[in-house]
Amino acid sequence: MSTHNAQYQQLRQLAADDPTGLLAALPLSRREALRRCLFGAAGLFLLNGWGLRAAESRAPAAVPLKPARARSVIQIWMWGGPAHLDTFDPKPDAGYDYCGPLNKAIPTCVDGIQIGELLPELARQADKFAIIRSMTHGNNGHETASYIVQTGRLAGGRDVFPCAGAVTALFKGYDAGYTGLIPPYIVLTEPQGRFSEAGFLGSRYKPFATGGDPAATRFYVEGVVARGISDERQRARRELLHRLNTLGEFLPGNASLKTLYESEEQAYNLILGDAGKVFDLSQEKDELRDRYGRNTFGQSCLMARRLVERGVPWVTINYKGWDTHKQHFQTMRRRLPELDKGFATLLQDLADRGLLDTTIVWWSGEFGRTPRVQWEAPWNGGRNHWGRVFSAVVAGGGFKGGRVVGASDNRGEEVKDRPVYPADLIATMYELLGIDPDAKLPHPQGLEVRAVPGERDGVPRAGKLVELL
Amino acid sequence: MRRRGTNSCAGAWRVAARLGCMAAILGANTSTFAAEPNPLPQLNPFETDALCTPRNVVDELVERRLRELGLKPAKLCSDAVFVRRVFLETTGTLPTAPEAAAFIQSRDPDKRRALIDRLLEREEFADYQAMRWSDALRIKAEFPINLWPNAAQTYHRWVRAALRDNMPYDAFARELLTASGSNFRVPPVNFWRATQNREPVGLAQTVALTFMGTRAERWPSNKLAGLAAFFSQVGYKSTGEWKEEIVFWNPAASNAAPSGVLPNGKTVVFDGQRDPRALFADWLVDPKNPWFTRAVVNRIWAWLFGRGIVHEPDDLRPDNPPSHPDLLARLEVELIAARYDLKQLYRLILNSQTWQRSCIPTSNDPRAEIHFAHYPLRRLDAEVLIDAICRLTGSGEKYTSAIPEPFTVMPADQRAVALPDGSVTSPFLELFGRPPRDTGLFAERNNRITAAQRLHLLNSSHIQRKLEDSPLVRNLGRSGQSPREIIQGVYLAILSRYPTDAELKTVAEHFRAGAGRSREAALDLAWALLNSPEFLFQH
Repeated sequence: MSTHNAQYQQLRQLAADDPTGLLAALPLSRREALRRCLFGAAGLFLLNGWGLRAAESRAPAAVPLKPARARSVIQIWMWGGPAHLDTFDPKPDAGYDYCGPLNKAIPTCVDGIQIGELLPELARQADKFAIIRSMTHGNNGHETASYIVQTGRLAGGRDVFPCAGAVTALFKGYDAGYTGLIPPYIVLTEPQGRFSEAGFLGSRYKPFATGGDPAATRFYVEGVVARGISDERQRARRELLHRLNTLGEFLPGNASLKTLYESEEQAYNLILGDAGKVFDLSQEKDELRDRYGRNTFGQSCLMARRLVERGVPWVTINYKGWDTHKQHFQTMRRRLPELDKGFATLLQDLADRGLLDTTIVWWSGEFGRTPRVQWEAPWNGGRNHWGRVFSAVVAGGGFKGGRVVGASDNRGEEVKDRPVYPADLIATMYELLGIDPDAKLPHPQGLEVRAVPGERDGVPRAGKLVELL
Repeated sequence: MRRRGTNSCAGAWRVAARLGCMAAILGANTSTFAAEPNPLPQLNPFETDALCTPRNVVDELVERRLRELGLKPAKLCSDAVFVRRVFLETTGTLPTAPEAAAFIQSRDPDKRRALIDRLLEREEFADYQAMRWSDALRIKAEFPINLWPNAAQTYHRWVRAALRDNMPYDAFARELLTASGSNFRVPPVNFWRATQNREPVGLAQTVALTFMGTRAERWPSNKLAGLAAFFSQVGYKSTGEWKEEIVFWNPAASNAAPSGVLPNGKTVVFDGQRDPRALFADWLVDPKNPWFTRAVVNRIWAWLFGRGIVHEPDDLRPDNPPSHPDLLARLEVELIAARYDLKQLYRLILNSQTWQRSCIPTSNDPRAEIHFAHYPLRRLDAEVLIDAICRLTGSGEKYTSAIPEPFTVMPADQRAVALPDGSVTSPFLELFGRPPRDTGLFAERNNRITAAQRLHLLNSSHIQRKLEDSPLVRNLGRSGQSPREIIQGVYLAILSRYPTDAELKTVAEHFRAGAGRSREAALDLAWALLNSPEFLFQH
């Protein structure tokens, strides 16, 4: 009989002598084994590998981090493409065919900068952010444009490149000493789809999508907070799981099982431990929650602040509902106040807590919307996709506020001044994050791929945003 | 052959429950299950001392190496482990509870061999092997492999049929390498389209990786160029039909080479009479070719053991030697003698003691596992895992492709293992490391467990809802069965074996502790078994 069987027999003998001993002894012995593997001889706390730190890890040997201004990014992703004319690039003089009923621009707290009339709260925060009014890539397909804006690459190549969030997870996540239990790249609340994710970097750098709704009474984060299962039952279940691990008793020291147990420990630290409390929005004051807006977007902004407060490098708020082919102006009147409140409160709250200096907030969709309103049927007052020129907003983390970069023409149809390509904006963010734009990305076939594409990749560039640094 | 028993979970559960009763009557005390030959059935349900499988040529060569290293092989696995292992390995599906019980209780001394033969003829064998080959061949509609949905599906169908009908592997390779015609009408032409780089050099790398198990990008550039020349006359043209593409021999291609150099250094002049691809195929599938047979034998070995005799299995090169050169050579000889009958190769390996060893090592020597002294523990493939969960819980999954529009949505009873197209996916498959089919590399499949996966299995609403709605759990509270019958049924369905005394006792404790909430207790039991290493790992 093997040694393991002998050990197992001893335990069973123990159990026979004292029936309750079985209930105690087996899980304890396993827990002890786990403790030994987790707290090694060096005394290091090894619970930091969200994705397994693989032996053949493709992570770069030397982490090419430069001195960083910014620690984190909050990406407000306007899924569907927000109308630039109705938000940050108003054209009140372009006439009814372009403005529809939203024909007023309002002044902001910064002299000379005006924004759309439905964003009064943001107008009071204009000193904190910069508007880029000359974003361009020329593509009008959702997936492709999403890919271009978030990777900085050209679409239609034969490789899938990672988006900026995944690259940041590579250079500022677990490979770079991030040790949080919360994964380094979070999406609130639904994934954007794979055109906007880890590409060839692989699943280790994919975002963790929370699911659930932060505006609900309880934010059920998928996997972290289970509906209808008390903490007590969670513990009882876990004990049962351990006691029924018969195979595990025969395989002490097995490397795959060790990884499984470590993963389980991390999972329960989120489920039952303090780390998961970050998702408990009831810890925030009601007054602040009200200011953010009691809706999914507002509470996602609050959630994002709580996450960057704990050092999470990249949080995406996947804000849907901006693909307004029809009912455009009705939607703007309903949704823009929600955006205004959540976004403005986020900027103020970050600033109040001293987090704005180290947190980039990036607001953008995949493109803008047709400046000339489609009054004809079936649109009856809608706006279509518009990739030739659109607006983005950046704030914090070293970006200067109270600025406007570039300009569109007087109808918002073409870039008039200083084009900004997605790669230019991404390169600037990387610089603030301390990520070397020339750092090599680990490619499965060993192709030489730099963090930021350049002319050599056939990607148009107009230079990083020096005017905002 | 037809499946015994029933496919539906509820049905499986009812039969399992009856079998459970039967077992309880047969042995009022579970420690005396008459059919279980293991002398310590209650302590170790995973191994047997019975000699249920004769040694074969594989074992001679593996054991010779183990003796040289001073290592002792593990015991043979128990019948319960075997039935689960062989079902998963050949068909990518769990045995049903009645299938498992019938096998465990059978007294036929030749039952392992007989089961292997039956499984190799099942439709699910073709599904599962087609999935593996589709990974290697990169069968995917969009980005960065752009086959387009109907071409991906027709290609997958062709590959699956070839495996089901056991097309000799040399013929399979030749068809793929020499086909010309429309991507919609001549399925194997898609081999030439399923690559990220259609330049001759890119095609050469794809051919070398797929059929020679080697990374041509590491070759000296003149050697790679010599091979690339064979593919310099591959032409592509579109037609009037949306996304149709013709692959054809185009001697007038602007970069057409007049001759090529085979990897063995021999120059072949293109005479204009035959497609250079066919000239290359002549060399490739010749039994004397050192690369072709070795690559496929090693690939199938790697599928069955999680590790090649040369590892990585698609990285054959002189400075990456095999762990067992004589074994590899012998398997090549066997496959050639069997005229490239791949099922014969499966049969040889699956019937070996080596493949039927338990996963419990006899020592902690790290060399034991890479020398196949015991069966290596491996997490189930993403597709296999979700299919098993779906069948056990009587639920379905939503598989969609977000690109290209219009979105592809599969029927609710679609099995993940049988998905034709790598672009059609689900969040679960992505989370659990299904290969993206971008490169065809063996290492694309990532079966390493992560905390995010653990979180999902332990506590997600996705899995929780499946368990709550499962007939396995729903019927438990009101079935009128004894706890022992309930527990046995759940064990047979989920772990393909009977519970041990210790387990029965533990579970009974749990039911007693949750008195009055038997449904919750049953749910907890199913949850705990689904989350056990024994379920999550091929063992």
